[in-house]
Amino acid sequence: MTDTNDRDKKKISLPILQQPSTRRTALKIAGVTLGLAAFGKAISPLMVIPENVSLSEFLQQHYKELSEDDKKEIFARLESEAKENYGANVSISDPKPIPGVKFGYAINLSKCNGNGKCMEACNQENNHHRGVDQSYIRVLEMTKGSMDMEQGNTTYDHTVPQDDKYYMPVQCQQCDNPPCVTVCPVEATWKEDDGIVVVDYNWCIGCRYCEAACPYHARRFNWEQPEIPADEVNPNQGYLSNRIRPQGTMEKCHYCLHRTREGRAPACLEACPTGARVFGDLNDPDSDINWVLKNKRVFVLKEELGTRPSFFYFFD
Amino acid sequence: MRFSVDISRLIRRVRRRGSVNTSVAFGAAALVVVFAGLAWIFPPPENQNVSGQEDPLPSQLRSESAKLHPVVIRKPTGPPRVLTGQTDAHGNPITVSCSTCHSTRKPNSKTKSTKDLNEFHGSMVFAHGNLSCLSCHNPDDYDTLKLADNTRIEYRDVMTLCAQCHGQQKREFDHGAHGGMTGFWDRSRGPKFKNNCIDCHNPHTPKFPKMQPDFKPKDRFLDKVDH
Repeated sequence: MTDTNDRDKKKISLPILQQPSTRRTALKIAGVTLGLAAFGKAISPLMVIPENVSLSEFLQQHYKELSEDDKKEIFARLESEAKENYGANVSISDPKPIPGVKFGYAINLSKCNGNGKCMEACNQENNHHRGVDQSYIRVLEMTKGSMDMEQGNTTYDHTVPQDDKYYMPVQCQQCDNPPCVTVCPVEATWKEDDGIVVVDYNWCIGCRYCEAACPYHARRFNWEQPEIPADEVNPNQGYLSNRIRPQGTMEKCHYCLHRTREGRAPACLEACPTGARVFGDLNDPDSDINWVLKNKRVFVLKEELGTRPSFFYFFD
Repeated sequence: MRFSVDISRLIRRVRRRGSVNTSVAFGAAALVVVFAGLAWIFPPPENQNVSGQEDPLPSQLRSESAKLHPVVIRKPTGPPRVLTGQTDAHGNPITVSCSTCHSTRKPNSKTKSTKDLNEFHGSMVFAHGNLSCLSCHNPDDYDTLKLADNTRIEYRDVMTLCAQCHGQQKREFDHGAHGGMTGFWDRSRGPKFKNNCIDCHNPHTPKFPKMQPDFKPKDRFLDKVDH
């Protein structure tokens, strides 16, 4: 009888309370207290709204959950912020994918001469940070006969083209199997119906997983709040494309969707003086891009990774 | 999912506050782990925006908007003029049209290079295969050009002349794979604009000129690398 009573008592005893005051118990209590204190301290900043963030921005939902009224309100807020911070009158739109259109882009490496006008056009069109002359395009100077992109040089500063080199612009390949989308822990980036991989800059937490996942090094991080002179701000802005991005968010080439979804050519294509770039609808059998795919020897970068790019390269 | 996504937004607010200390980072990391766990246990539904199979066929859509805007190819303006080597009172070079002299002078079909000439054309470099001046210029009317079969052709139609030899380039041009463009890729919405051959290629030295790149993004990861 006495044995059973003792066993019952032990069963209902708690790990710390009602324990004899031994060294072990004291250590347990200390550990639990420290742990709780650390957790409390760690999450305490989550309990207040930061000063530089308005309540409406703090409560803003993911892009896909916004109603038309929400968007109107958010775009108005962003427009007034652009006025306040950059002194520019901008208009923010949200063009939707054109039904039935799947975008494709191709570059003729026999024509590209590495002059870099595409990078400059991207910088201006997409309201990039002027401090670092950001651009979504990187032109690699490659040795003829080599496809080793690690040997590609982006800092060449001489007349182009050099006789023993060819030039390979690399930007987002708008993969059909995008690793950057898979790794995003908050679904702040996704692939749209027309094939463009977009980012909700207000949902992105800036963890940079996508930057690490992209085999083409196509993603960029806003280390600083972009600086753009008022007269250089491009006022034609898309919410998912070239609006001025907040510091600490990821961004990437979006095929200038604020232009291309309205039927216009991307800025880098219009700027190319060599005519190396071809853009169009992959679903239209008569499009320029499909003529290239049918008549040229086309390849994609790092095909072996299975990313299935919508971006192609070819030689004449 | 809803809960975990909200947490992530909270993390983002904290980060943008600008004063991230170690404990915050630790807490955030812990929450990310929790989130990742949740996402693993409750996988999110298939992304609704990934291209679906139920899209209408593009050809069906296109047949409704059969009227396409044109491809506008820039045409050269007027017969070209040649430098006299003299300048006017404002310092602008004086040019004359070719027919000013050539309407009275007898053409020399043997001339293959500007070096053979004593007057004018002296500064002009000629490097276009084995052609001679009269391969393209019309000796009967220097304000026009001529095709290989001696057919007279206006300057504004110079592309027809170029295409006699450069058929491959012309074919690519017609399919948007040569010469670039501006305007609309979707001609149901607006016109496409293209240059003509001699906008980019000097007909006398058609090789595309070398260029000096003047814009370089400053990649952060290149800071410590010396190329």
